[in-house]
Amino acid sequence: MEIGVFTVSDVTRNPLTGETPTEGERIKAAVAIAKKVEEIGMDVYATGEHHNPPFYASSPTTLLGYIAAQTERITLSTSTTLITTNDPVKIAEDFATLQHLADGRVDLILGRGNTGPVYPWFGKNQQDSVELTVENYNLLRQLWDNDVVNWEGKYRTPLRNFTSTPRPLNGVAPFVWHGSIRTPEVAEIAAYFGDGFFANNIFWPKEHYQQLIGLYRERYAHYGHGTEDQAIVGLGGQFYMARKSQDAVKEFRPFFDNAPVYGHGPTMESFMAQTPLTVGSPQEVIEKTLSFQEFFGDYQRQLFLIDHAGLPLKTVLNQLDLFGELVLPELRAEFARRRPAHVPDKPVHTPRRVGAVTAAG
Amino acid sequence: MKVAVVTAGLGVPSSSRMLADVLSDAVKGELSLSGSDVTVDVLELRDYAVDIAHHLVSGFAPPALAAAIRSVTDADALIVVSPVFSGSYSGLFKSFFDVIDNTALEGMPVLLGATGGSARHALVLDHAMRPLFSYLRARVAPTAVYAAPQDWGAGADDEPALAQRSRRAARELAGMLDGRPPARPSHQIEPSAPFEDLLARIQAPTS
Repeated sequence: MEIGVFTVSDVTRNPLTGETPTEGERIKAAVAIAKKVEEIGMDVYATGEHHNPPFYASSPTTLLGYIAAQTERITLSTSTTLITTNDPVKIAEDFATLQHLADGRVDLILGRGNTGPVYPWFGKNQQDSVELTVENYNLLRQLWDNDVVNWEGKYRTPLRNFTSTPRPLNGVAPFVWHGSIRTPEVAEIAAYFGDGFFANNIFWPKEHYQQLIGLYRERYAHYGHGTEDQAIVGLGGQFYMARKSQDAVKEFRPFFDNAPVYGHGPTMESFMAQTPLTVGSPQEVIEKTLSFQEFFGDYQRQLFLIDHAGLPLKTVLNQLDLFGELVLPELRAEFARRRPAHVPDKPVHTPRRVGAVTAAG
Repeated sequence: MKVAVVTAGLGVPSSSRMLADVLSDAVKGELSLSGSDVTVDVLELRDYAVDIAHHLVSGFAPPALAAAIRSVTDADALIVVSPVFSGSYSGLFKSFFDVIDNTALEGMPVLLGATGGSARHALVLDHAMRPLFSYLRARVAPTAVYAAPQDWGAGADDEPALAQRSRRAARELAGMLDGRPPARPSHQIEPSAPFEDLLARIQAPTS
């Protein structure tokens, strides 16, 4: 089980001080958080991709490259990389480069995009988003898996005798997750290629994600990558904790009540009851997280959103210290105890791509 | 046969609820003529007002509202009644249908009703409510029933009494059901086409 942190990269006013961090402060904070992720023994740091305020993360590989230089162990990932509006050639090149710099500690989560205007900003139509995902990902796979690509499609200029450089490290492309909150076609793509399926699991009730994940597991087995319970699933989640539950509630409430994504709607209590958000003691975070396994089956990656809603960096770092001390060891032990031996512990490259390694010699 | 009744009346008692009861009794009567076993589930939107607002801003339904939405989308037929506010259905009425997936009512037989302080608002049924349900691709009964204050007494002289209009509308709705639930699209998440088909469907522009 990989346990880590993902950010949506929002620049949000701190409701207690009234101060809004600068973009530069938030970008530097991302680096500090990623280093802390490594220090406390977590496995993954992932950054979102947005192209509009109030988000800073428009250039994930630049950020992750800088973090790669200052860390040694953690996997660097995205949450998500836009497969619809980015040129698949550029994705292939950027992430292969990052692989070399980070000694292979790289994977990525692909998504379609979360705001309508991002499509026209990059010359695409939102109505085409599923087709763009299918075509672009199919091309990205070819660019990584084949040394020479001849390709023609609908949305991009043709490629004749094209070699994407650098080639993936040791001939093995970064592991790919496909993120989706509502689209069965994305589950199908993930299953077809034997890739991972990531459900961000942040805002919606679990029953919705159970359907999509069930679909993915079924198709994963259909395509012969393994049994349904061996499919590679990742989940999001978010928490705020303190040693005493009531302190966590008191400290986080002003941030919750004023956050653009949560605030001025349901109460924090009803939000907690219906979504993965936990505000409470470390024990409550452990219990809620383990309940994900009960709902969705054994899974391979758990990412937490923690640096949002205007929480200052110092608070986020304290959260991570507390997590490392009181939550992480318990989660690791319990997830390991529950996982049957035939279910993979971490994302693994499918036999198809293991074959590619052998072929590359 | 499951009939869901949605009324957006705000008062207790409300004349919209009264009209909803008249319409659902008429529909129950018509459907039982064909031997159908009818269950009626009445939803007063005032009970869900705060949940509906929360759904609008948070993107998901609190449990009570989720159950109400399921009751509507799983029904075999729908009776909807709104009071007239500022010349149209009420904001609460619209907001409820805004938080339901816009394909969830495709093919749904619907009977429209509205109430207002004056008979002069009767066109709300055909100028506001009918277009809304056309957009949702529901099947709307030709007769829609408007109740003005005088309808609860002697009724206006130049038109049939409320009970008569309601029976006609109920007959139409029952006729659409014809003794059996309509075939309606499923709203579970359907599996995708196989990947090879998804890829094959993308047609490059012919040059």
